[in-house]
Amino acid sequence: MSFETCKDVWVFIDTFQGQPKSVGLELLGQGRKLAEGLKQKLCAVVIGKDVEPAVKAANEYGADKIYVVKGDEYENYSADAYGHVFLELCKKYDPNTILVGATVNGRDLGSKIAVSLRTGLTADCTALSVDEETGNVVWERPAFGGNLYAQILCSETRPQMGTCRPGAFKKQTPNPDNKAEIIYEEIHTPAELIRTKVLEIIKACENDDMRLDEADVIVSGGRGMKSAENFAILKELADVMGGTVGCSRAAVDSGWMPQTKQVGQTGSTVAPKIYIACGISGAVQHVAGMSESDTIIAINKDETAPIFEVADYCIVGDLFEIVPALTKELKAKQQG
Amino acid sequence: MNIVVCIKQVPDTTEIKIDPVKNTLIRTGVPSIMNPFDKNALETALQLKDQYGGKVTALCMGLPQAKAVLREALSMGADEAYLATDRAFGGSDTYATSYILSKAIEKLGPFDVILGGKQAIDGDTGQTAPSIAEHLGATRLTYVLDLKIEGDKVIARRQVEEGIEVVETRFPILCTATKESNKPRYATVKRKIASLKAEIPEIHLADLIDADTTKMGLKGSPTKVKATFTPQRTANGVTIEGNSPIEVADNLIGKLVDAKVL
Repeated sequence: MSFETCKDVWVFIDTFQGQPKSVGLELLGQGRKLAEGLKQKLCAVVIGKDVEPAVKAANEYGADKIYVVKGDEYENYSADAYGHVFLELCKKYDPNTILVGATVNGRDLGSKIAVSLRTGLTADCTALSVDEETGNVVWERPAFGGNLYAQILCSETRPQMGTCRPGAFKKQTPNPDNKAEIIYEEIHTPAELIRTKVLEIIKACENDDMRLDEADVIVSGGRGMKSAENFAILKELADVMGGTVGCSRAAVDSGWMPQTKQVGQTGSTVAPKIYIACGISGAVQHVAGMSESDTIIAINKDETAPIFEVADYCIVGDLFEIVPALTKELKAKQQG
Repeated sequence: MNIVVCIKQVPDTTEIKIDPVKNTLIRTGVPSIMNPFDKNALETALQLKDQYGGKVTALCMGLPQAKAVLREALSMGADEAYLATDRAFGGSDTYATSYILSKAIEKLGPFDVILGGKQAIDGDTGQTAPSIAEHLGATRLTYVLDLKIEGDKVIARRQVEEGIEVVETRFPILCTATKESNKPRYATVKRKIASLKAEIPEIHLADLIDADTTKMGLKGSPTKVKATFTPQRTANGVTIEGNSPIEVADNLIGKLVDAKVL
């Protein structure tokens, strides 16, 4: 891959059962910014068995070009098949920059591409910009549990690559009138090259159990919750607000909540409309995963808790009194 | 079954503080620990050994003081431990680190299973282990909850965003473990004492077979750190008060309605 010939900013549109995941669409917004800085085109890459929903979404969220590879062997993600396709596309079109969502499979795919192309990959970026003089993307990311932020450059090789966590950026407003150029590529992966086979996917989410990264409202509990049973009051408040329950690492470490509900550097990054932190001190590792929320409400007994430094609304008090009161008053408001 | 577990020594990031004056990371006095997810990977390895027999080798890249986490691995049940350490390895990013580890694994191998944690709590990239698989050409399965062996097949349950994915593959494989994979066992006193005396061989650049030094260290790293900074927080939140919990709740709801949040 050469500096002189490489062009365009690519975004991988990660899918699940044919539906595009939000993170790819979030990254189209960031990709647009980089494409403008680099004065290049924004391209989406869609791989799958049923590709139409993802192609439609990639168009609406602003891609100039969409590379589409269709095949039965792409029904489920595998590093072998998706990696094969992506590398073939890179060989043919020589991208300048590649953005991949830091999903379980995106991290896997990103590292496969980067190693194969012997180029740099920066993980979990939270801010992206272009140094227009050099054409390098400045990849900004947290490390040491969010205690430190670093700006990373990949200045000697192309493509320059980065992953970003779901929820780290907001989606732009879709434009149904966008007219992306759609390029179908015939790339098949021989069965013997695909060494893994998905036998089954057991969906974890019940109907009443909303995913953290999809919730508009998250009511989170930390060490101050004192027990697993006490999370019931958070669930009641979340239900009234049409949201879901999250937690801090302390709650997971104490065995009160599963890790899938953890918000923070080693859990999920979220940016809901409303985030209510209950009994969470606000360690950097937690804040790194929720500070982009639109409105943050903190309830904590300790007025010096660092969570108050990021909160929009601060309540110093006993969460076991405040939370039920909030639930009650919101219910009354909805009924009245 | 031949199993290798990649282990990283990391600062306990929950203990890191920021110097309020210089606004830099205070790392002195911060304890170094075995990366927690690597402990889960080691437990996965030990369970495989318990069930199917074999040997568990712990491998770490780092400075000589990183032998402490290898001793811990031995005390938990690893059979052997090696430290990859060389001046040429310093300053490596995930690409270079994964290349060096893959070369060290080749030197120690062959292996049926390579294990690592899903990410390290200091760098938090989650890239190194799958990159090792790529250098070695091994099949990789990340976020693995458990492994079952049926004849020459391996059935793994992976934790993915949507739930649990059941995948079938064959050896050799590289897997990463997560906190949900298991509960790491404690070291026995006997093993702990033995680990203090255990010899931990070092792997240097000269020991690696056909190693390409242009893929190592700071020079061999495609990514470079341009600058670091600590996050700034500015407290400008509104304090909500009231004479009773109900009044506090009402005041908050009022503010949220005014701000059109509700």
